Amino acid sequence: MGKRSVQLDELISQEYRHGFYTPLDVDDVPRGLSEDVIRVISAKKQEPAFMLEWRLKAFRHWLTMTEPHWATVHHPPIDYQDIVYYSAPRGKADGPQSLAEVDPELLRTYEKLGVPLQERELLAGVAVDAVFDSVSVATTFKEKLGELGIIFCSFSEAVRNHPDLVQEYLGSVVPYTDNFFATLNSAVFSDGSFCYIPPGVRCPMELSTYFRINARNTGQFERTLIIADRGAYVSYLEGCTAPMRDENQLHAAVVELIAREGAQIKYSTVQNWYPGDKDGKGGIYNFVTKRGDCREANSKISWTQVETGSAITWKYPSVILRGDNSVGEFHSVALTNHWQQADTGTKMIHLGRNTRSTILSKGISAGHGSNAYRGLVKVAKSAAGARNYTQCDSLLLGDRCAAHTFPYIEVKNPTARVEHEASTSRIGEDQLFYCQSRGISAEDAVSLIVSGFCKEVFRQLPMEFAVEAQKLLGVSLEGSIG
Amino acid sequence: MLEIRNLHVTVDDKPILRGLDLEVRAGEVHAIMGPNGSGKSTLAYVLAGREGYVVTQGEIRYMGRDLLALAPEERAREGIFLAFQYPVEIPGVANVYLLKAALNAMRRHRGESELDAVDFLALVKGKLKLMDMDEALLYRAVNEGFSGGEKKRNEILQMAVLEPRLAILDETDSGLDIDALKVVANGVNAMRSPERAMILVTHYQRLLDYIRPDRVHVLALGRIALSGGPDLAQDLERRGYGWVEAEAQKRHAASAGGPG
Repeated sequence: MGKRSVQLDELISQEYRHGFYTPLDVDDVPRGLSEDVIRVISAKKQEPAFMLEWRLKAFRHWLTMTEPHWATVHHPPIDYQDIVYYSAPRGKADGPQSLAEVDPELLRTYEKLGVPLQERELLAGVAVDAVFDSVSVATTFKEKLGELGIIFCSFSEAVRNHPDLVQEYLGSVVPYTDNFFATLNSAVFSDGSFCYIPPGVRCPMELSTYFRINARNTGQFERTLIIADRGAYVSYLEGCTAPMRDENQLHAAVVELIAREGAQIKYSTVQNWYPGDKDGKGGIYNFVTKRGDCREANSKISWTQVETGSAITWKYPSVILRGDNSVGEFHSVALTNHWQQADTGTKMIHLGRNTRSTILSKGISAGHGSNAYRGLVKVAKSAAGARNYTQCDSLLLGDRCAAHTFPYIEVKNPTARVEHEASTSRIGEDQLFYCQSRGISAEDAVSLIVSGFCKEVFRQLPMEFAVEAQKLLGVSLEGSIG
Repeated sequence: MLEIRNLHVTVDDKPILRGLDLEVRAGEVHAIMGPNGSGKSTLAYVLAGREGYVVTQGEIRYMGRDLLALAPEERAREGIFLAFQYPVEIPGVANVYLLKAALNAMRRHRGESELDAVDFLALVKGKLKLMDMDEALLYRAVNEGFSGGEKKRNEILQMAVLEPRLAILDETDSGLDIDALKVVANGVNAMRSPERAMILVTHYQRLLDYIRPDRVHVLALGRIALSGGPDLAQDLERRGYGWVEAEAQKRHAASAGGPG
């Protein structure tokens, strides 16, 4: 067993491939957080007064809050005054107007990451918004989308060019008082993506945001706001990476989704922030609030996430099922290796009649990784005929990792039907040997078993992303068995 | 094809095989019999390369090569196949997917092109008929929720698809009713060929009513205590293993103190 564990470790220990740093001249603010810093950020972004007001309200509220500690994650105290809250490649504080204005060094960075920003090189059908540290550096296919009335731009641009939409929807799903990290984000968020799909429009391409943290000691606080108006449809992808650093970096994002009558939003994430090294040094603290609001009848929001990175992941993409007959879905694969910790899951809040939700969570733990599913299914008194199906499966590699499941179920309406299934299994020596005796190497056997375990979730991802996710999972587990 | 000389194997530092010799030539079917705990399954696992089975002395040559130098998957790709006594369940992985991955790993090893889904399915469906198995089993997770008989038949199906040079069947007859036993035996018999050798590890003579071996060996105290033709199995069925063990004990006592 001892020997096998060593081999397991080897297969798990694969180097992080996006860990490089791009030396760039940056425009940043001094470390620490104060009203002055917030005013500086707001000024740099030339924001209207309502935005600054909102930030300051959030900041004042944040001062009254304390960091939450209920999750099954452990980390040394975070010094919020030791973080740089704004960092932008110099000269681009308000974002470049076209790709031609983007620093070539930056374009090369994204190329290295496999995210080409040149529109002609793009995979057909994916429009990209790239967020580098604190600002959005490029958004592609803007004009083409514009013809359909779709707005897809950086958040800063939206604040300047579409203030009415921003003012109407910002904080309407995740209010600035929501929780410690979301409130911090509301005070200091520097950029992110904004998307509006007008009534009856089916967005013809996948929209995607690619986040990268580059600068040292910088927190990334982006904010994404997606509105699908009546009968609209959009599929949105999000990818993330960061350089390898010994110190931990904070990433506290907020994503708000609003689906109006009959609208559909499909939000997919492949999160591959730097997870720290194999001894647990460094890595991103990924403390994220994601929530969707099925605001009107017959709307649908589905979250699909593949979480392989970050030292700590703390996120619960949720759906408020407000409209009658609305549908919420959560599909998740979370992998923790080495010393990574994940506490992730979802909340399905059933308010409307005949609302339905599905939760499918797959946790994989390897090395000393710890993986918790935490989910709330709440059926309000008003939600007659609500239905939920939850399935949580855990897969363990080796004998030093951990898996936990915390399902919370609150049902206030007797006509509701809520089902919960859970399982835990382990990739055993006997399974590996069985595959090996059929000519399949141990590494291939692990990836065979892991992809079998995840396939229901991968099926939910857009094709290109599914391939990427599968590869990522293989890489994240490589070296765990020799 | 296979030459085993003076093989000593320990498991958890406990000696299990103590000087086993065996030679198997292409085209032959050998039965290894013996009481529980005599080391039959150990022999099967050592040949397949299972971890924890430590060879302390002796050698195994396969197709003229040192078998012990090869990793389990390399042995498989070189044509060694072990049908497990207790086939392992792999939830979430479709049976057909494992089969395809295995076959293509071997084809790659032999420098052949991988089979695509269409050709592969055509191949597998032919083999399914041979094993009298329902196509639905292909799409269920590997061995998960299979009955005992289905698991054993699935092992033989894999063997039929992978077409090994040397097949080792570890207690494939245990837990089978008579109909399943016949199906398995038919599958095995259909695979007999001048290029292929088989080792049947079995406790009972029953399987040998359907698969007639060329040689029968009795394991006792970690070595081959007795070898003979197919009739030996019937002798054993009549007289039990006690007398073979007793004689092995005597020989062991006589040689104690001598070079091991």
